[in-house]
Amino acid sequence: MTNNLRFKTSKFIDETYRVSFKFNNKTYFGFKGDTLASALLANGIHLVGRSFKYHRPRGIMTSGSEEPNAIIQLHDNSSRTEPNVRATEVEIYEGLVASSQNCWPSVNFDIGGINNLLSPILPAGFYYKTFMWPASFWEKYEYFIRKSAGLGKSPKVADPDIYEHKYIHCDVLVIGAGISGIMAAKMAAKNGFKTLLVDEKSYLGGSSIYDNSEFSKINNQITSSWLEKEINEISKIENLEIKTRTSVAAFHGYNFLLARENLTDHLPINQRENKVRQRLLKIRAKKVITATGSIERPLIFDNNDRPGILLSSAIKKYIDLYGVACGENNILFTNNDTAYETAMSLIQKGIKINAIIDNREQIDSKISYEVEKNNIKIYKGYTVVDTYGYRRIDKISIMKLSKDGQTVIGDKTKLNCDCLGVSGGWTPAVHLFTQSGGKLKFREEDQVFIPDFYPSDQISIGSCNGDFGLEEIIKNTLSSIKKFLDIDNSEFKTVETISGLNQSKRNIWLLPSDKSIGKTKSFVDYQNDATAKDIKLALREGFRSIEHVKRYTTTGMGTDQGKLGNMHALGIISETAGTKMGEHGTTTFRPPYTPLTFGTIVGRNVGEFFDIFRRTPIHDWHVANNAEFENVGQWKRAWYYPKDNENMYQAVQRESKAARESAGILDASTLGKIDIQGTDASEFLNRVYTNAWSKLAVGKCRYGLMLNEDGMVYDDGVTTRLDENHYIMTTTTGGAANVLGKLEDYLQTEWPELDVYLSSVTDHYATISVCGPNSKKIVSKVIPDLDLSAEKFPHMSFKNAKIDNIKCRVMRISFTGEHSYEINIQANFGKSVWEKCMEAGKDFNITPYGTETMHLLRAEKGFIIVGQDTDATMTPIDLQMDWIVSKKKFDFIGKRSLYRSDTIREDRKQLVGLLTENPDDVLEEGAQIVADVKKTPIEMLGHVTSSYYSPNLKKSIALGVVKGGKNMLGQKLIIPMENKNINVTVADPVFLDKEGERLNAKL
Amino acid sequence: MFLINCPFCGEREQSEFKAGGEAHIVRPKQPTELSDDEWAEYLFMRKNIKGIQFERWNHVHGCRKWFNIVRDTSNDQIKAVYKMGEKPPVKQND
Repeated sequence: MTNNLRFKTSKFIDETYRVSFKFNNKTYFGFKGDTLASALLANGIHLVGRSFKYHRPRGIMTSGSEEPNAIIQLHDNSSRTEPNVRATEVEIYEGLVASSQNCWPSVNFDIGGINNLLSPILPAGFYYKTFMWPASFWEKYEYFIRKSAGLGKSPKVADPDIYEHKYIHCDVLVIGAGISGIMAAKMAAKNGFKTLLVDEKSYLGGSSIYDNSEFSKINNQITSSWLEKEINEISKIENLEIKTRTSVAAFHGYNFLLARENLTDHLPINQRENKVRQRLLKIRAKKVITATGSIERPLIFDNNDRPGILLSSAIKKYIDLYGVACGENNILFTNNDTAYETAMSLIQKGIKINAIIDNREQIDSKISYEVEKNNIKIYKGYTVVDTYGYRRIDKISIMKLSKDGQTVIGDKTKLNCDCLGVSGGWTPAVHLFTQSGGKLKFREEDQVFIPDFYPSDQISIGSCNGDFGLEEIIKNTLSSIKKFLDIDNSEFKTVETISGLNQSKRNIWLLPSDKSIGKTKSFVDYQNDATAKDIKLALREGFRSIEHVKRYTTTGMGTDQGKLGNMHALGIISETAGTKMGEHGTTTFRPPYTPLTFGTIVGRNVGEFFDIFRRTPIHDWHVANNAEFENVGQWKRAWYYPKDNENMYQAVQRESKAARESAGILDASTLGKIDIQGTDASEFLNRVYTNAWSKLAVGKCRYGLMLNEDGMVYDDGVTTRLDENHYIMTTTTGGAANVLGKLEDYLQTEWPELDVYLSSVTDHYATISVCGPNSKKIVSKVIPDLDLSAEKFPHMSFKNAKIDNIKCRVMRISFTGEHSYEINIQANFGKSVWEKCMEAGKDFNITPYGTETMHLLRAEKGFIIVGQDTDATMTPIDLQMDWIVSKKKFDFIGKRSLYRSDTIREDRKQLVGLLTENPDDVLEEGAQIVADVKKTPIEMLGHVTSSYYSPNLKKSIALGVVKGGKNMLGQKLIIPMENKNINVTVADPVFLDKEGERLNAKL
Repeated sequence: MFLINCPFCGEREQSEFKAGGEAHIVRPKQPTELSDDEWAEYLFMRKNIKGIQFERWNHVHGCRKWFNIVRDTSNDQIKAVYKMGEKPPVKQND
């Protein structure tokens, strides 16, 4: 069989280079230059897959990216395995392995095929209607529905290939290298524009490159010869970059486009090593020329989906480009002249055409007369009403169309064939144009949507603009590109064309049948098995919007996005509803135009580059000392340091005790640090913090609370006055960037008159906090020259100092309630100073502690963590921090909001301490707080925000927010948990050392 | 993705910027003098226009400067870019 399906072609197939590949576990041969589809067809294989819903046998239908049926699994059982690949786009290589999907046990015998017999009870919306009741059964239904859903298999192991992203900037981007794209690229590049020409195919020239017909000539040369010379010429132009195998996936606003460049998919696996497989191109073009061509329309009739039914243009391409006959007994079914071009190609190769069925009564073109001269029977004014053959078409039946095309009349004639080519005319590929925001208009005479309004500096040319005849394409391309690029020289002197086709068409969206519509299966969306009947049903059930009909029937929702059938769906809707085309709108074409791999989307952002993290200068020490890490913002922070198989709880208990009993050390380098300078720095702080700053003496530190304009707590931290006009502000780790942004905002937009400059210096310093009763002894060993006496260096003050001649800033500030010092030193000395502290603290059991212990220690003191104990609905008053809100200041950010009717409500949630009845019960953070569990519905009063077991107090402590909590001191509340209700008492949030004796102890 | 012509750095990708909401809302000079309603007007009320809209943007991953743009929200065309404190070069059409 193989031999008589293969014909000699000129140049696209290398017949000296045989390639073997496997399909469904069987080995076949093709030639270099074949696609998987052309190679299968050359081996007589049409049946390649099963449809999604009814599991109907399906064959190769097209020859390009619009393919709905021939979607296969590439690379069996390997890390590269990829589902839903279009066989029409896969270039074969030695060792290729592919298989059918959505069938079991095999594509020839598929159990799921029973769905086809059940199809009368599987109409549109079947799942929606059937699995609604009883609602509680959904979980059971879902299991089975999910089992039967989906096409293909995703890989189970990591992708071994390399992907990358690349930015491209150009003056002119030309999408599509067909005849108009080639001409446009030449005109742009020759006139000095930096031009990029991309095409999804491996070759240039589009469908004209294999147009060897005597019926379309340019300057008296056969189209393909003329075009070859042009291609040859443009490949030498310096400022023209050409990328083949590059599919534009998305056309966004401002001429920003995404394209996928395939670099190795056509190579044998062993030649792909260390090469980039696919590249995502991020293209910024000053001007875009869209020349994406058009897609042939199928015809909608009963059983129009059998293997062996192809688009007529695909049959032409397989014979002219790949030298493959799709069948030995062909019938063409058309409503326009395109099929006659296919007929001529078949005639030239001596392939048999049994008949041509043409919807039109009258056909008047040179090419049709030529076909008739070859003794081919043309049934004029006829339509196909049914097809036969389960795994491959073997017969069709035809009937005469009535005058209005709405019914069929006369007798039914059966005709034999093994291949049926269909042509319903052409649909401009306006997908990218509409993605960019372009608006379409409907052209009545040939029933097509064409570009109307361009939202950016772009133009559509060629058949994607609705120019279908060769003469029109060339003439309009020349004139519109000249205008678009504002150039005088078109580079083309005279271009004369001859075409044997005319553009007449008899458009009938849904061809009539002798059967009632309910008995037909006329597929509109092949991949999703949506039929004309389904669309009519949706309309009967009241759906009107095209977007609703689409979702209800799943028309156009497959991986092909309905490239073939969407127009018919629109046509059938408007015919049925009695409205004008375009009145219902078109569905939105969403990116990507063809599916993208995840690899392409993520590029190099995988593994450790997936989400970059920031390390403190002391990070390596933490790693070496067994720290577990916690992500805070983008930082990796030491969480706790487990010793001898300790779990987190045990480690935190040990660390917390050590910090209070002797000494603890914390890496606080991640705290945000903003350097503030300028003569108005004090005034600026006055306006951004709730408390007063004017009187803070040089060398002193102060805790500040920052609000949003709505009065809610935004951030907090200690700010130190380094000099008269110089402060350093610390922020929370996660809030640093936002705080800086907010401060800049006010400074630049509200108070530009203030002389203040802000710089982020977070990364410039390492911050080491040493706390505990022995902290003073340790710091005095590390910085012997510094006077640490309480008189010279009291709590909340700062000193400049030196460690080994390196300048550092030391603050006496505390987040633990212990006597503590914070050493800030140039980042690259951070680790050595940390090690110095560890060495100095050896005799005092200095214990490194992480964020978890820090949280526990501050909770014992009732210090809040912004973002944990607050959630953007908490005012300082809610936090019982009235003391920090200045009454005297005229204004600060958020001040006015603190006495809005809402913020002064007594029953707002307020921060309180919680003590459990049983001191061993540790509450869960986030748990609900209620007063009465008997009265339903149970009123939720608040929730637990922080909760720990305190080793220093030997009891469970918690912070929480409770409605009206401020006035509930001593009141009993309940935390209902899954197994029990935990009784708690509302307490003061400061659990330890309320008087501050530890802080101020004379050490 | 927009191309935004930062008045300090020139044309840059939208990903370098952060949108900051409606422009030309002046913070009241004496908030304490305002009634709840007046303060709420400043605090919460923002326009959501189909058409010409005045917006604040920040070149957050660049020069960190705030500036204003005039954008037609119906087609995302940026009509003008101007510095803080400058008068809008385009009139509002509502």
